[in-house]
Amino acid sequence: MTDLLALDDVNVYYGPFHALRGNTLTVGEGEIVSLLGGNASGKSTTMKTILGLIKVKSGTVRFEGEDVTRASTRHRIKAGIASVPEARRVFPQMTVDENLLAGAYTRRDRVGITEDLERMRDYFPRLAERRRQEAGTLSGGEQQMLAFARALMSRPKLICMDEPTMGLSPKLVDQVLDEIVRINKELGVAVLFVEQQAELALSIASRGYVLATGEIVLKGTARELLDNPQIQEAYLGKAKKA
Amino acid sequence: MLDTLIAGLLRGNVYALGAVGISLVFGVMNVVNFAQFSFFGLGAMLAWFFITTLGLPFWLALPLVLVVCAALGLIINISVVRPLAKFLPLAAMLSTYAVSQILDNASQIAFTAQFRVFPPVLPNSNLHIGNMRFGTSDLVMLSTTAVVMLVMSLFLKYGKVGRAIRATSQDQEAALQMGIPVGLVQHVSFVIASALGGLAGVFIALYVGVANPASGLNIGLTAFVAATLGGLGSLVGAVIGGFVLGILEAFGIHFFGDTSRQIIIFVILIVVLIARPGGLLGKVPLISTEPLTGTFLGKGRPLRIPRWVWAAAFVVLGIVIPLLRNDYVLITGTQVLIYAIIAAGFTVTAGQAGVLALGQAGPIAIGAYMSAALTMQLHFSFWVALPVAGLCAAIVASILASPIWGVKGHYISIATLGLGITIVAVIQLIVPQGIYNIPVPQWFGTALTTPTAYYLIDFGVLVITLLVMWRIRRSHLGKVISSVGSDEVAALASGVRGRNYKALAFAISAFFAGIGGSLLAHQYTYIDPTIFTMLMSLLVVTIVIMGGVSLPYGAVVGAIILIGAMELLRFTPELRIIVYGLVLILVVRFRPGGILVRNS
Repeated sequence: MTDLLALDDVNVYYGPFHALRGNTLTVGEGEIVSLLGGNASGKSTTMKTILGLIKVKSGTVRFEGEDVTRASTRHRIKAGIASVPEARRVFPQMTVDENLLAGAYTRRDRVGITEDLERMRDYFPRLAERRRQEAGTLSGGEQQMLAFARALMSRPKLICMDEPTMGLSPKLVDQVLDEIVRINKELGVAVLFVEQQAELALSIASRGYVLATGEIVLKGTARELLDNPQIQEAYLGKAKKA
Repeated sequence: MLDTLIAGLLRGNVYALGAVGISLVFGVMNVVNFAQFSFFGLGAMLAWFFITTLGLPFWLALPLVLVVCAALGLIINISVVRPLAKFLPLAAMLSTYAVSQILDNASQIAFTAQFRVFPPVLPNSNLHIGNMRFGTSDLVMLSTTAVVMLVMSLFLKYGKVGRAIRATSQDQEAALQMGIPVGLVQHVSFVIASALGGLAGVFIALYVGVANPASGLNIGLTAFVAATLGGLGSLVGAVIGGFVLGILEAFGIHFFGDTSRQIIIFVILIVVLIARPGGLLGKVPLISTEPLTGTFLGKGRPLRIPRWVWAAAFVVLGIVIPLLRNDYVLITGTQVLIYAIIAAGFTVTAGQAGVLALGQAGPIAIGAYMSAALTMQLHFSFWVALPVAGLCAAIVASILASPIWGVKGHYISIATLGLGITIVAVIQLIVPQGIYNIPVPQWFGTALTTPTAYYLIDFGVLVITLLVMWRIRRSHLGKVISSVGSDEVAALASGVRGRNYKALAFAISAFFAGIGGSLLAHQYTYIDPTIFTMLMSLLVVTIVIMGGVSLPYGAVVGAIILIGAMELLRFTPELRIIVYGLVLILVVRFRPGGILVRNS
């Protein structure tokens, strides 16, 4: 399997604070990879680094073999990386359609954009119903669908999702996870997503990485991680038997 | 009545153009752009220059004005605003204030400060409908605005860059993640806002028939109030706010006269800020999205000053300078001391409470007028009048400022700026002429008229001021005020009612401002409202920021440099303001804690 995205020995600093400590991470084509970890472990920083919103001190970021370590966000999006920001962050006073167009900002092919707009409406019928409605008036689940659709508007090969289930009810969480799988299977888009709940994340991911204080401390296939006693203790609430 | 309505529409037209620019920039950058205010004056002067001096036709002069304003706006954004806006929105705002002073005074140097008759390029009062009179000029202005607004709204609704502007103002972080070039969006917004400001300036000159470099600030402040009324960041709101304000103002002037203008505007601002802080169309800002609470100037550590420096400074300022018996040095020194007193008293507000009040000329004026009235009408001794003047300044300023402590960030600076202007406007309303022959201080029957005597009095007051400020800093009260300044929400969570302490800090500062005003009045023996200008307020802020915003002794250093050095270099007033502005920008940019504070 060729690597779509490859981070190699990436170090990131916030002033004197060492936020990412020599992390190496890969996402293969069409793969779902989960990024696990507690608060302030560096998950969001990793996402922002991949998108080029934070400067890397050392190490490389490659996308489809191309070194994009110093490339702009715009360039990376054009190359095929899209983002679903933390807490969805749809543009609240813009309509659903306008939000989708904002997702296609880096594209210049008008015809293609119009086609994709139609595709997204077919793909997410709820959004089609509400296309002229302001995004701020949508429900949490609908906003999440909009955030997915907005990311897809740039025709990405990889979508980075920062806690897509944040603040949603358990029932909606399941729906969102199903949706991630559907996007991955039907559109062939690779997904790297951050999730706090390890069990849920590993139920759809093929592989996972565990971050702690800026360092990748564990990695492996979903099965390996689920069976790992450290994970069971720290994230799955299954304490070691005394 | 209909005439008044038309007058209101025409004024509102100008405010709407200005307010849209202010709202646009605020939306994408979270900065209130004072530099925008200058474009009103600058647009008018440039148009006057192009038409009368260069003899260009109006249709050519107008686009030229817009291009020049747009280019200037771009330069300002690249050099001053954008580098600061990301990290320190409040510092960026302060810098735009400095930029606006620089622009106004550069324009005064270029075009001189006098009022110029603006050529009647289009006929006025040539149309009649019933008993309404209006002109082609009015129609052109209103329809131009209508076209501009229509183009703007189409651009924002359907244009790619327009949508990017909206996306950025609604969620900058998300916009970045969509690959929207936020920097470019901000540049474009600045350019549009500056051009709109220039256009508004040309219109106001066309409407009133005269142009003057300093006219920008008042119009700018009104346009800002219009933007706030409509809801900062909302462009439709800005247009509505502009017209509502223009009409209210026209009727106010119709019924109460022209001097009531500023009072009406300020009252509207306060009412909006209290009753509906988000404006008519805006959303009420949440604490979490308000990036401007607290002070940006608290970082860094004051330089350690050895004891002997204090002693040496005391000896030089208090003994050596008076012994020189050089009247010129002593008179300059007196100015330095008075501003040092005012600025040292201001540190508790600006530094500790974190309230960047921009209208200290208000309480200074109150002190000066009270002291004059007490000694002349009630025959108080100067020594009694001095503290009473301070007290009056504190009380009056506190009462007037009491509604504004609930508001935050930019609003509080703007509100205090408006407050300062309003106080001076009210004084002008009550005492339109200057006051002459204010009695000089007496010391056991001897009139103290020599420069040495004034110098020593002011030196004594400064020493007392510094001791009081030092004591306050050390006290429990001082620490509570500092806690409010550094994190108001946290202070509130610990049971500290922030607004009360802000009000108290402001009252302390107003007291010393009043004392300073009284000293000024008795030294000059003549006062009139033109002394207590925006420049005076800017000077106080610049002194404090230069010396280190929460260091009372820093104020003394700041006053020596900014007043002493300027005087000794014999700079003209316009040039001085430009230097003040540059100093302010440079200090805020490179040494935000002030020159006596090492960056951390």
